[in-house]
Amino acid sequence: MNIAVLSGKGGTGKTLISVNLAAAAEAATYVDCDVEEPNGHLYFKPNNVTEKEVAVKIPHVDPALCSGCRQCVDFCKFNALAYIRDNLIIFDEICHSCGGCVMLCPEKALSEKDKVIGKIQKGISDNVEVHTGLLKIGEPSGVPIIKTMLEDQRHRDQDSTQVLADSRHCKCEDPRRRDKDVAQALVDSRHCKRDDSSHHDKKPIQAPKVTLIDCPPGTACMVMESIQDADYCILVAEPTVFGLHNLDLVHQLVTLFNKPFGVVLNKCLGDDHLVDEYCEERSIPILVRLPFDAELGRLNAKADIAVRKSEKYRALFSNLLERVIDEVQHEATAHS
Amino acid sequence: MKIAIPMDENKLESNVSESFGRAAYILIYDQETNESLFFDNESAESRGGAGIKTAQMVIDKGAGILLAQRLGQNAADVLKAAGLKVYKTIDGSAKENLEAFVTGNLTLLDDLHPGYHSHGAGGH
Repeated sequence: MNIAVLSGKGGTGKTLISVNLAAAAEAATYVDCDVEEPNGHLYFKPNNVTEKEVAVKIPHVDPALCSGCRQCVDFCKFNALAYIRDNLIIFDEICHSCGGCVMLCPEKALSEKDKVIGKIQKGISDNVEVHTGLLKIGEPSGVPIIKTMLEDQRHRDQDSTQVLADSRHCKCEDPRRRDKDVAQALVDSRHCKRDDSSHHDKKPIQAPKVTLIDCPPGTACMVMESIQDADYCILVAEPTVFGLHNLDLVHQLVTLFNKPFGVVLNKCLGDDHLVDEYCEERSIPILVRLPFDAELGRLNAKADIAVRKSEKYRALFSNLLERVIDEVQHEATAHS
Repeated sequence: MKIAIPMDENKLESNVSESFGRAAYILIYDQETNESLFFDNESAESRGGAGIKTAQMVIDKGAGILLAQRLGQNAADVLKAAGLKVYKTIDGSAKENLEAFVTGNLTLLDDLHPGYHSHGAGGH
């Protein structure tokens, strides 16, 4: 089950929420998709960290074959190519790896080569597998890193829970129907009290392994990539005028993506009427209100995980996680 | 020799644009014919690489000299590959800068800024 945590601006508490939800789960994967500034690892301090590089394809010119037709120069929306004094110049860091120039070149003078744009780190922190995407400074887009991390995730899900994989591969056009099958499989597996598994038509599955996707701030391409596979979106917001504006942006995004979602209000001081009214008018559930609490601030500033240090917060985040899992299952049955 | 100047307005009396790649017009002044032509800069609104495309345009128009307030690294790379000389403008109109250039009162531009592309990340 993929739970994405997003917000319209930075500093709202995405990492706080996603790190603590992962820590509150029995077993979880935490995927830090905020690749421009990943900081979940600062809390988890993962062990046994392995690394792999992520590369994209960029064009490479064979000057002997280039006829100077300039089709590539004219085509590039990002102006990554220039043709000067009978020479094609390629600006690697401007290129967005669309591959269009290579496809267009009538002389086959352009080919593709790898360019490393960042890396993915994986490590373990108690019950949580921590995945961190790191984009190199100056690179135009972290989408390829996010894509790679979530694809890895998808493959693993398929390997570990065949029932889930089967339902995801369902040829049914309606994604809700597909999600329904996934959730139904989960419900079945959770509620089944029988010890022998022979009555299941497919092999038995474990309780849902939760994946927390810590999204980049905002609503741009990298966020869209991060929530594509999400079964549920948690919108983190502050109960201020500015917070409401940012909530509205992510609300529009998840509505467009047709994702089930709920709001977590962070830094609450007792008067949340702005966001309350907004959510009430639109029937958006407010899942939990986190107080503007000095204890939480202190834990966070020390890069401690509140769930692992405070019983109060363990209870709060365990309840939130349960609520979200229920919402996903409810959402699935509601659309049956 | 043709001299290029980035401009926000298509008038010789207007000031030189603060930006190269995002300037609305490129003025091409031909020293031989004493003719001034303003061209729309198509890359003023482009999604990225505006400096590169504007430099390409300046070169394609046959300019050998560019007068500009400042210049990004990518644009400078393109202009350098074409052998263009870039001079730093002084406060004032395009006309005043052309006169200053002719009388030898402009210096070569050598302080490049790293550019504002790559979604604000800048740098290379």
